[in-house]
Amino acid sequence: MTRYFTEDGRNIPVTVIEAGPCVVTQVKTVESDGYSAIQLGFDDVKPRRSTRSLIAHDAKAGSAPKRVHFEFRCDGDDEAAEYEVGQVLTVAALEGLLYVDVAGTSKGKGFQGVMKRHHFRGLEASHGVQRAHRSPGSIGGGGINLGTGPKIKKGRRMAGHMGNERVTVRSLDVVSIDTERNLLIVKGPVPGPVTGILQIKTPSRLYKPKAKAQAAAAKG
Amino acid sequence: MSQLKDRQAILNSVVADQLKKDHELPMMSVGDTIDVHYRIIEGTKERIQVFQGVYIARNHSGINETITVRRIVANEGVERIFPLHSPRLAKIEVVRRGDARRAKLYYLRDRIGKSRRLRDQRRGLQHVEAWEAGHADRVAASKAGQDSAEAAPPTGDE
Repeated sequence: MTRYFTEDGRNIPVTVIEAGPCVVTQVKTVESDGYSAIQLGFDDVKPRRSTRSLIAHDAKAGSAPKRVHFEFRCDGDDEAAEYEVGQVLTVAALEGLLYVDVAGTSKGKGFQGVMKRHHFRGLEASHGVQRAHRSPGSIGGGGINLGTGPKIKKGRRMAGHMGNERVTVRSLDVVSIDTERNLLIVKGPVPGPVTGILQIKTPSRLYKPKAKAQAAAAKG
Repeated sequence: MSQLKDRQAILNSVVADQLKKDHELPMMSVGDTIDVHYRIIEGTKERIQVFQGVYIARNHSGINETITVRRIVANEGVERIFPLHSPRLAKIEVVRRGDARRAKLYYLRDRIGKSRRLRDQRRGLQHVEAWEAGHADRVAASKAGQDSAEAAPPTGDE
């Protein structure tokens, strides 16, 4: 991440994303695969780091072997038909968008307690609390939904593995787009490590103030 | 996936045009007393506030670079941290050169009275001359760079 100063001096925290070029490596249709989607390949890789089947798969699209392949679902075959195998998508496809959704795999945090994982407040520091300052407290007396019985209710939040899961950040502001170098600059952080792979999509559902701003921008 | 150094180069190039050029900043070092002219925006009006104090620290690098300026207001120490490359930082003027032997002058926070003041930097010393010459070169280079950039699109504002 870095920062970006607007002309009036406001300071925006931004993330620079290398967005593309992506090659359409496969177009899936209802007839052939049971659903509609396009598969994109990103980032060249040495052939010896790929597999023979993948190399051939990418070669069908006329492309060098790619490190990452990812599928994006389409609304029916009509939308999928807009793309053809071998087509190259760049960040220019995102031009004109005010907001994007960004999805990726978050950084793994390992096995974490409830205070970090679920923001529980823990127990008190004193008043007789010993060795349990960060514990979750009571997890219920059982009774699957009532509170009396032999089992703990399903879904009870407890300590466990945290992070390393798919996270989507919705409605990120697009600060600028650099079509020359295929850079997308968005406001705020995105999931995952610096070298993480992200999926960038048109926003599925904007937060209300942003939806209003977009409607206003579309008008004027 | 780009290599680490490439990624850093990309990040630097993204913010490169936002950095203040050498000729936009005075020759200054930690220990100097400086005037910081900072744009204050109130509603639609804009005015410039001057904050004078001792330049006690410089932190971070690139676009994140900040300077810490300390002054005494009504017997109370006040420190302000300015983002050096912010467009709101209109100008910096050096009022007095101070002699500092370390990069962070946090020890000034514990000083009271006259001992708070730093010695004036002795002029004519070899390192000062070398420093001034180096700065003059950088200013000339950065000015030349800007002039040529302005010559291409005639609408450059300076």
